[in-house]
Amino acid sequence: MIGTLSMRVLRAPLLNTLHRCQPRHNIKAIRSSIRTLVTSIDPSHGLTEEQLAIQELATDFAVKEMLPNMAEWDEKEYFPVATMRAAAALGFGAIYATEDFGGTGLNRLDASIIFEALSRGCTSTTAYISIHNMCAWMIDHFGNPSQREQWVPQLASMEKFASYCLTEPGSGSDAASLSTSAKKDGSDLVLNGSKAFISGGGDTDVYLVMCRTGSDGPRGISCVLVEKGTPGLSFGKKEKKVGWNSQPTRMVIFEDCRIPASNIIGNEGQGFNIAMKGLNGGRINIASCSLGAAQASIENAADHAKVRKQFSKPLASFQNTQFRLAEMSTEVVASRLLVRNAAVALQEDHPDTVTLCSMAKYYATEKCFQVINEALQLYGGYGYLKDYPVQQYLRDCRVHMILEGTNEMH
Amino acid sequence: MSLRVLVGCKRVIDYAVKIRVRPDKLGVVTDGVKHSMNPFDEIAIEEAVRLKEKKIAKEVVAVSCGPTQAQETIRTALAMGADRGIHVEIPAKEMEKLEPLHVSKILAKLAEQEQAELVIVGKQAIDDDSNATAQMTAALLDWPQATFASKLEKTDGELEVTREVDGGLETIKVKLPAVVSSDLRLNEPRYATLPNIMKAKKKKIAKMKPSDLGVNLASHLEVIEVVDPPTREAGIKVEDVDTLVTKLKDSGRI
Repeated sequence: MIGTLSMRVLRAPLLNTLHRCQPRHNIKAIRSSIRTLVTSIDPSHGLTEEQLAIQELATDFAVKEMLPNMAEWDEKEYFPVATMRAAAALGFGAIYATEDFGGTGLNRLDASIIFEALSRGCTSTTAYISIHNMCAWMIDHFGNPSQREQWVPQLASMEKFASYCLTEPGSGSDAASLSTSAKKDGSDLVLNGSKAFISGGGDTDVYLVMCRTGSDGPRGISCVLVEKGTPGLSFGKKEKKVGWNSQPTRMVIFEDCRIPASNIIGNEGQGFNIAMKGLNGGRINIASCSLGAAQASIENAADHAKVRKQFSKPLASFQNTQFRLAEMSTEVVASRLLVRNAAVALQEDHPDTVTLCSMAKYYATEKCFQVINEALQLYGGYGYLKDYPVQQYLRDCRVHMILEGTNEMH
Repeated sequence: MSLRVLVGCKRVIDYAVKIRVRPDKLGVVTDGVKHSMNPFDEIAIEEAVRLKEKKIAKEVVAVSCGPTQAQETIRTALAMGADRGIHVEIPAKEMEKLEPLHVSKILAKLAEQEQAELVIVGKQAIDDDSNATAQMTAALLDWPQATFASKLEKTDGELEVTREVDGGLETIKVKLPAVVSSDLRLNEPRYATLPNIMKAKKKKIAKMKPSDLGVNLASHLEVIEVVDPPTREAGIKVEDVDTLVTKLKDSGRI
């Protein structure tokens, strides 16, 4: 009963709210009258003035520099290097790396707000940018001063692009069972093995590789940095994918690939820990990408529902449409609460951080996919056409339920 | 010589927002509507910041007249590269009656106080489309004006300004101090970067009232009615060019 009642209360102003946050959302004016910390369907609600400025910048960039190209990048499977470097020039390349060596020095919540906003411009590209950010942070956080000094500036500017290499053909969700080996030979490490489904693989310059330097299990794993061009490093064919087409995915192969042992990031045997720490943030980032895509999809669908007429009435005037939009909005707000909560937990090192990041990733990627699917449904036949963006959000977000630990793992 | 540049930036309803007329027909709905910096003023700020980067200007001061939220507009200017801000506080209620002449008087007074040698403003604000502030500011200061600038270059003690006029481009020289208004093609404003957004927080915004500057906000204009543009009517298909010409003549279009 209560549920039904609150849905009805929600439903009436919902279309207006969606309309209001439509063009470039963000509602500074509203904020002044309803100053609150409440998270709502408008992504700008509950943010500080500074977060709003950050969000506005990211949204502006997404709408002007990415959205107009999103369909083409998808169709041509184009990795938009120039656009990403332009984003990096604004500080999006190493958002939560410290300012010591050129990171932007923002926190995890700021990063989540940014990825959510960028995602409406192109979810696939934003997801890659988020992976790059995760790598930049791993080096900045766990690397020694000379590694940080060498790599963080180049990654922050996206002069060099990074890939995260954990998954192997035989080791997916059970990551600690990985078998890529790194054998000591004097002051070198010699790598053998392969990594599967590597985002950016082949096109990126720096590979953070989790490999076995010691015994079985998580404690025998180290994180090493391998540069493109190192003899013995090669790549598989470019995978054909359902979505995430603006970033290449390839297998990364090591055959007697020799690197200096000084390329170990952090301590020997710390690799699994580093990989998992990276993924806590990675999960929030990916969930944020789903969130931005779902938000954009709802706004698109609500717009369509107001314009599209059947039985001489706009779809929006049918109660069924209103119910659906209300339910979709509820899931997006619930996801946003979980994601932003997990981001704060991570930056404050809450004891339940890992669980909260998992919950956020699981819930947001699952529900946002459903929301996008519903949005597509509201478009009817048009939704299935590539002329409309919702199908691309759908294809791009499908993989968020699989990667960074499949949703069955969370 | 290194200039101090004063730039006006107005907080207006965002260009992408669908405007709704208020039920009392005396204005448009501003409550709960996204606002941002007037796009022409963004161009003015960008030009001033470029002058500073070229070491032609020594300081860029962003001024906004408006309610508390006008400070957000000033912060945007600061994040783009302005050095400090001046917020001339005008309560939301009085804001509706604020006229270009009032703003011109405020800008003129501030230009004197700040010893600015250049005032740049947008050629018009996209809310009331007055296109008057630059001209009246110049008149009040008795400074030369270069309006609708699409290019600006500094020569010795003078500015060479290319203006977009009906017939094409006109190039004029004005002696400094001067007032310039920016046209659309003067430049393409930059995005503020994340680090500059953070830095903008620490820059100073001075607050004052119009009365502090001796400016009286007495109204000279009265809004009688604000109405929606007529809704577009359905068109018709015509058989041939002759019918088209006849129809256009009949409807008084040609």
